[in-house]
Amino acid sequence: MTVEVDIAHGLGAFQLDARFSSDGRLIALFGHSGSGKTSLVNLIAGLTRPDAGRIVVDGRALVDTKAGIFVPAHKRRIGYVFQDARLFPHMTVAQNLRYGRFFTPAGERYVDFATVVELLGIGHLLNRRPSLLSGGEKQRVAIGRALVASPRLILMDEPLASLDEARKAEIMPYIERLRDEANIPIVYVSHSVAEVARLATDIVALAGGRVTASGPAARVMPLPGLGGGEEGEEESALIDLEMVAPDDGYGLSLMRSAAGGEWRLPAIDAAAGARLRVRVRARDVMLARERPKDISALNVLAARISAVSEGDGPQALVRLDHGADALVSRVTRRSVAALALEPGAEVFAIVKSVTFDPAAPTPGGSLARPTAA
Amino acid sequence: MDWWLELTPAEWDAVRLSIRVSIWATLASLPAGIAVAYVLARKEFWGKAALNGLVHLPLILPPVVTGYLLLLTFGRRGPAGAFLYEHFGIVFAFRWTGAALACAVMAFPLMVRAIRLSIEAVDRKLEAAAGTLGASPLWVFATVTLPLILPGIIAGMILAFAKAMGEFGATITFVSNIPGETQTLPSAIYTFTQVPGGNAGAMRLTLVSIVIAMGALIASEALARRVARRLDAA
Repeated sequence: MTVEVDIAHGLGAFQLDARFSSDGRLIALFGHSGSGKTSLVNLIAGLTRPDAGRIVVDGRALVDTKAGIFVPAHKRRIGYVFQDARLFPHMTVAQNLRYGRFFTPAGERYVDFATVVELLGIGHLLNRRPSLLSGGEKQRVAIGRALVASPRLILMDEPLASLDEARKAEIMPYIERLRDEANIPIVYVSHSVAEVARLATDIVALAGGRVTASGPAARVMPLPGLGGGEEGEEESALIDLEMVAPDDGYGLSLMRSAAGGEWRLPAIDAAAGARLRVRVRARDVMLARERPKDISALNVLAARISAVSEGDGPQALVRLDHGADALVSRVTRRSVAALALEPGAEVFAIVKSVTFDPAAPTPGGSLARPTAA
Repeated sequence: MDWWLELTPAEWDAVRLSIRVSIWATLASLPAGIAVAYVLARKEFWGKAALNGLVHLPLILPPVVTGYLLLLTFGRRGPAGAFLYEHFGIVFAFRWTGAALACAVMAFPLMVRAIRLSIEAVDRKLEAAAGTLGASPLWVFATVTLPLILPGIIAGMILAFAKAMGEFGATITFVSNIPGETQTLPSAIYTFTQVPGGNAGAMRLTLVSIVIAMGALIASEALARRVARRLDAA
């Protein structure tokens, strides 16, 4: 299942010039507001027609201006979850959920109504009107409505942006289950580093209407400039870990990355063998040229520098490879000069276990929920 | 004492005729009313201002002028009247159908206006959402747009019905004032006021007019409330 986009589209003075191809299960379209994310999903959905280019989903050309192909929105079978749920006010929740199913050819109704209701936990809402639902409930019903139509692809345009933190936390697990269990790829628009870090398998980063980076989340996330979002977030790395020992007697869990790195983090409530993703903020990572001795920090990883980007200020961003895992470290330019940090140099990355805060959902270094591999 | 209870057969004829004419005028013009309202609310095209003006013309022209224009166009010798008679055997001139046509034309701008406002109030994002769920434009209209504008359609129909019940100038000019055929309530009341001793009859029909008008208003309010409860806030 692949999503291929290569389009040029002018919107007034703004020019969208996007090109990417991805077969991720949850592809995050990530960028600041005004970077063209929503315009891009509207083009994929068929709500707008591009000036030029092509969009191919699962081998089926939805748009190909050269070949004169434009499949109208209602024939694309692409589910769309809008930021404002857009439930039909004159129908009950159950009628909303079944709406798309009516238009799906009988042979292609592979999504089971009862399964969706159970997956999203909306069984008790079926007979209600949308006006009586909370924001979080509306959004869950909107996700369900898109799902029940048995779409080939689901687009989600900042589905959590209009919700408060508690409601976001309520919905995220459902999106994770959808990603891991439903076998329908999702294109997820967001400008929130926290959401993308937690949910994305792949990231397509957009800036000024252009794709600046795309690929697996753990590779794209540490790229410079991807962190400085609107929420004052900063560069960070994503590491997928497997639980080795949930509690070592000191309230710490021991985990191992695919690259063989050992991580000790504040104890997480997960069984041995569970898969988790952690986000490591660049400013929480120290660098040393020699393996430090007698140091309180518990996570010390041998790594090789892959890139150093210096800005105008006193700081620099160092990208590291620890096996297949990418890390980022924010250090001063003075340290870069003093330690001769340059691509290819062998260093040790040091991360204090206490910088991981399992309680807070968003800050850097937070722990994401277990994700099934 | 009970002079106002007993309607004469001729008065009953006028009441029944008026109701029949008004219902036909309202129902027959409804599809066109929805179509024109939709086009005016949603489409941009050359001549839109002209269409809008044409629809509203009966509202601003003296009714007698509208009636006379109908007579010229739909009379037996008029271009439309002759065509309809020759090909379909339909006659408007001096028939109750003509009264219905005159009422429909006079009530049309009110109906279109009410429906157009409700179409403009529909959240088009809901229609886009229905499209992504697989509904073709026609299905979107039938399952989303139409239910959402129902209150506007009801309001437009009530307005049109009330206008048709009261229509006088265009009707009497176009189809005259023939008892049992084209003599509607207003025409009958007018006739009573023109003859000595007609006051009692005029008063009876006036009371009937008030009852029908109030009944229609109350029915529409009740209907609108029921629809509004079903829709209550998005």
